[in-house]
Amino acid sequence: MTKPDNRPFAIRSYAPEQLREALKRMYLIRRFEEGAEDSYMRGLIHGTMHLSIGQEASAVATCIALTDADRITSTHRGHGHCIAKGADVGRMFAEFFGKETGYCHGRGGSMHIADIKTGNLGANGIVGGGLPIAVGSALSAKRLGKPDVTICFFGDGANNEGAFHEALNMASVWKLPVVFVCENNGYGMSTSTARSTSVKHIAERAASYSMPGVTVDGNDFSAVAEAVHDAVARARAGDGPTLVENLTYRWRGHSKSDRNRYRSREEIEEWMARDPITRFRAELIAHGVLDDAAADAIAAAAVAEMEAGIEFAKAGPAPSPADVTRYVYAEV
Amino acid sequence: MNAMTQDQGLRTLSYAEAIREAMAIAMEADPTVILMGEDIGVYGGAFQVTLDLVDRFGPDRVMDTPISELGGAGVAVGAALTGLKPIFEFQFSDFAMLAMEQIVNQAAKLRYMLGGEASVPVVFRLPSGSGTGAAAQHSQSIEAWFGHVPGLKVLQPSTPEDAKGMLLAALADSDPVMIFEHKLLYKMKGHVPEGSYLTPIGKALVRRTGTDVTIVAGSIMLHRALEAAETLAGDGISAEVIDLRSIRPIDHETILASVRRTGRLMVVYEGVKAFGVGAEISAMVAESDAFDFLDAPILRLGAADAPVPYNPDLERASVPQVETILAAARRLSRREI
Repeated sequence: MTKPDNRPFAIRSYAPEQLREALKRMYLIRRFEEGAEDSYMRGLIHGTMHLSIGQEASAVATCIALTDADRITSTHRGHGHCIAKGADVGRMFAEFFGKETGYCHGRGGSMHIADIKTGNLGANGIVGGGLPIAVGSALSAKRLGKPDVTICFFGDGANNEGAFHEALNMASVWKLPVVFVCENNGYGMSTSTARSTSVKHIAERAASYSMPGVTVDGNDFSAVAEAVHDAVARARAGDGPTLVENLTYRWRGHSKSDRNRYRSREEIEEWMARDPITRFRAELIAHGVLDDAAADAIAAAAVAEMEAGIEFAKAGPAPSPADVTRYVYAEV
Repeated sequence: MNAMTQDQGLRTLSYAEAIREAMAIAMEADPTVILMGEDIGVYGGAFQVTLDLVDRFGPDRVMDTPISELGGAGVAVGAALTGLKPIFEFQFSDFAMLAMEQIVNQAAKLRYMLGGEASVPVVFRLPSGSGTGAAAQHSQSIEAWFGHVPGLKVLQPSTPEDAKGMLLAALADSDPVMIFEHKLLYKMKGHVPEGSYLTPIGKALVRRTGTDVTIVAGSIMLHRALEAAETLAGDGISAEVIDLRSIRPIDHETILASVRRTGRLMVVYEGVKAFGVGAEISAMVAESDAFDFLDAPILRLGAADAPVPYNPDLERASVPQVETILAAARRLSRREI
């Protein structure tokens, strides 16, 4: 008789090199967003951006269950999803800098980073915009007889959009291979879920659409990985969609114009004490996946990759103003 | 309603049958083509355009959607982005307003926002126009709205032949295409070639040649303009009638060349007159060398500045009719504007 394996889900389910890569991607998301913020402050990036610092476990633990053929749709707070799905931070920075070498050749910026070839169907500037698109992606997989699953990231704010309800209903009626991953960070811009949403947990909405709904600690890598793993397995088996709600928190404001007047310093500090990266790193060390020195080396590699990405972005050519209407239509 | 009478002896189909034939040809040739929409399966669609297609291709390819225009259109966009070619039917073009987000913010912009790295080959079919007594929320002509959106292609077939050829052309196109079909034309018969052929997108067509005045009209207004032109010929006024066919892209050259010849221009359309297709075409002429050839001001005939009314006499009065086109053309020829 073998002893039950009481280690956390991620530790017992994924190979050490996958777990180390996951930690690396979490660090890379954090450093990338800090690098982007710093570049913005120094006037190198214009426009705005929505940072997901504090939400890294949700992005990376969700994507660890995916193959390269699986697809994601993302949100305006989507840098983490891109990196978790395997995006190159150099091309991401290049996009922020508005360069031809960026993922969207400088036409999309922070809110539209996509890489169709790696299954990233794109961030989206419209709250709820990606939900029906994800269902369409799942419909394609089913119709074309492919095993691919689509992950639909969305925020708590989107759960009050009509598109959310229409999308979940259709996904359920047609039993499509899609997983709805809600990153509930407590606020749609400044309005709290308590003030905007009729249910306590957004996962409760799943009952209306006859699909499983689970709420997990979104800053606990293993909890997210397990919930998404089960949902992906269910989707791949043809049993239809699941709604997973990751409870998390964004340390930064909604966007660059946010003065944090709707939440307290204490609340922010309380969540910063639950840093998903610190927790995952400690878990990996506790279970012997790596030691402190190896973890430090991973963190340092993330810094180096971020810095190299900024240099790549700076060096890239800007688009020509003569090309302003290029890419509106297919080039024939 | 049978202006294309030169079709004797050739195979004729109704406008609805022609659209259905195009869908069937496409679905047989390409397994990635699917139909989506409200009640398009056993019901056959509100206007019977998809009648029997579910029997031929099954409910997996002829999908009845819930009454969820925003979500349904978005599913079509997502499917188009990932390998399918969906033809999405809005039951009435008016209902596209529920889906503006997916049409305008997503479908139209995805290729551009992603720097050319994505394609959204979706076709939206939109039964459009007044004349059915269905009042203000089921009778609008909103095609010009979409003319304002880079990334979309906006078509308006006026004949069965074009209805089929435009749908096949839209399916061959890798960008989102919106086809505004006129409800009153669904039963109109006309010659339709067999097999597959593409009506070029963005090309207007001179349907009647003339020397005194150019009348640009599309969809059902083409037929009213042609009827008016016949009467005008009896008055000694030679009208050239151009079928606009495509609102986006719009065919500058065919229109400008005609205006250079006739020196007079009238634009007839069913959408509300203000800020419509007529404004775009008038400005196109005003901004070109054709302006120098004008012998009279440009005239626009569009819908009244009101929602489409229910009462049949009011409804008729709210949009251009043969007699209004006739009267306007006569005034234009006398420069009584």
